[in-house]
Amino acid sequence: MTLRVLVAKVGLDGHDRGVNVITRLLRDAGMEVIYTGLFQSPESVARSAVDEDVDVVGLSILSGAHMTLAPLVVSALREQGSTVPVVVGGIIPDSDVEGLYNAGVAATFGPGTSLEEIVSTLEHLTDSAQH
Amino acid sequence: MNHRSGRSKWQDAYEESPAALSRGATQSGVDLDPVYGPDDAEFPGLFPYTRGIHPAMYRSKLWTMRMFAGFGTAPETNQRFRDIIAAGGTGISTAYDMPTLLGIDSDDPRAMGEVGRCGVAIDTIDDVADLYEGIDLAAITTSMTINAPAAPIFAMFVANAEAHGVQKSLLGGTLQNDILKEYQAQHEYVFPPRPSLRLVRDTMVFATHEMPRWHPLSISGYHIREAGSTAAQEVAFTLANGFAYVELARHGGLAVDSFAPKLSFFFNAHIDFFEEVAKYRCARRLWATWMRDFYGALDEHSWQLRFHAQTAGVSLTAQQPDNNHARTAIEALAAVLGGAQSLHTNSFDEAWTLPSSDAARIALRTQQVIAYETNVTEVADPLGGSWFVESLTDELQREAAQLLEEILEIGDGSMLEGCLIAIDNGWFEGHISDSAYAHERAVQRGERIIVGVNAFNDDAAASSPPNQIDGDGEMRQIERLTRVRRERNDDAVHRALDAVRTDALDADANLMTSFMEAARARATLGEIMDTLADVFGRYQMVPR
Repeated sequence: MTLRVLVAKVGLDGHDRGVNVITRLLRDAGMEVIYTGLFQSPESVARSAVDEDVDVVGLSILSGAHMTLAPLVVSALREQGSTVPVVVGGIIPDSDVEGLYNAGVAATFGPGTSLEEIVSTLEHLTDSAQH
Repeated sequence: MNHRSGRSKWQDAYEESPAALSRGATQSGVDLDPVYGPDDAEFPGLFPYTRGIHPAMYRSKLWTMRMFAGFGTAPETNQRFRDIIAAGGTGISTAYDMPTLLGIDSDDPRAMGEVGRCGVAIDTIDDVADLYEGIDLAAITTSMTINAPAAPIFAMFVANAEAHGVQKSLLGGTLQNDILKEYQAQHEYVFPPRPSLRLVRDTMVFATHEMPRWHPLSISGYHIREAGSTAAQEVAFTLANGFAYVELARHGGLAVDSFAPKLSFFFNAHIDFFEEVAKYRCARRLWATWMRDFYGALDEHSWQLRFHAQTAGVSLTAQQPDNNHARTAIEALAAVLGGAQSLHTNSFDEAWTLPSSDAARIALRTQQVIAYETNVTEVADPLGGSWFVESLTDELQREAAQLLEEILEIGDGSMLEGCLIAIDNGWFEGHISDSAYAHERAVQRGERIIVGVNAFNDDAAASSPPNQIDGDGEMRQIERLTRVRRERNDDAVHRALDAVRTDALDADANLMTSFMEAARARATLGEIMDTLADVFGRYQMVPR
């Protein structure tokens, strides 16, 4: 089964080199990837995730606002009754990782994470979500 | 007909140059000429300026060590500016936070979590006053790295300086104000391109008439490169934007030689050392040639491409961050050997966070080592004449010229229209994104080595330095803004915003006048930008 991924930019962060590249790399890896575009609200990301019936939501955040924005996306999804896992890629200091897990984020990908690691994590997360 | 050799023309220009600061010799006492080359070579300070814009280059004047800084609230950033100046920095440059860059007030729900995080939060003229408190604005040049709200921020800056008794004609510095590259690469846009360009026009006309020391535009390839472009694309897209602004200013009624001498550029200093040196050399040659031959500029200052450089943020690694000291030093040296007028060096911790005060000081010290110890400042264009560097200069020029011709063709003879069409149809983004993708694939396959990331990476896992931004900055800034909203005269604010709206509707008005009035009335940046958005609309990019 082909994995469906929503990649999203929330908040005011315009840095999109990472999200553009990861979108193409995940497509190369055989996934169906939908990209929201810039400046999305947590609610609009959650809506897109539900409408598109994706298996996982990936947020790209390089502005330092991940501790505010990622939990808002998780709760917006849960409010809409969705259980899809949320992962965050970007500049996430070690000291913030536990806080993100506690807020319901399923995985984080810091700078320099290899594509293999991202792909295997997404496959594992969606496998366990379906079982 | 003038048959004098390049060398003899250069000699005359050199003798008129500001007094030499040089030792004129190597460390061991070998005599050094200010430039080397055969008599019929190109020479610095002479068209087409491949070898630099000044005949004596750094023997006359070192580059400005302009450190880019901003975080938290204005008083915190003011302290950092003072630290930089005390450590020997010779220019300052303000980094604004994301809400400010997008014209959103700190107490707006959309700003939540972003206030003071990537830069300093500026909501009103009160923040501007605190930002520059105790800094002599007539003595040190300041740069403002802001684009979509550049005009109202500039108005706050000028109104604040005037309120502190500094005439605007004495203010020296640079407003980035390069909105075209926001649609192409950096994505901090607010309004659609055409009304945004009207704001650029208004600032250019205002500065040209009222502020002879001011550079109202810093045409920026830095962000295009950071977004993933190649060196040739960086040159081509940046110069295309520069030519677009030349056309824009002419539409605004300015003669090319009245404003072009105040245009400045901002390029990346990336890690491929010789390619970067060649890039600056070919950019100068292309700009000079086009300005003289295509745009008819007669003043040699209009032909000269002046530039600020910043080392490549994207080359810094989060893994083994100490290695970044080496990267920054090499990149800074490329900028200097390439003839930069101004330079920012990144701090080693910036792959993780805004720089700590200590890290920023080391970055400045890196420039000082290059300037005062290495002796590279003695000879202009020291790599000129190298078969390799000359060939690479020609090759990058060929690639960039081809892209420039393509943009001109898209615009049917207008670079301005070419840029607007190529923004609209995603041409720029497609090129940049293809280059970024090719780079990342090469890294993922191990074809491109990044030390500490995909090679030599077994010694330690990535571990982040402490975050420099405390979470309470947002609350402090909201308190500051709340106080201004309480204290100010709301009637005056409404009148000033009405004037902004009226002027925005009149395409012939210059908005700088009503922006200054709004700034003095303590209108917020968000109020001014929302008023403009009512008239101009908001831009939305189509994800591709």
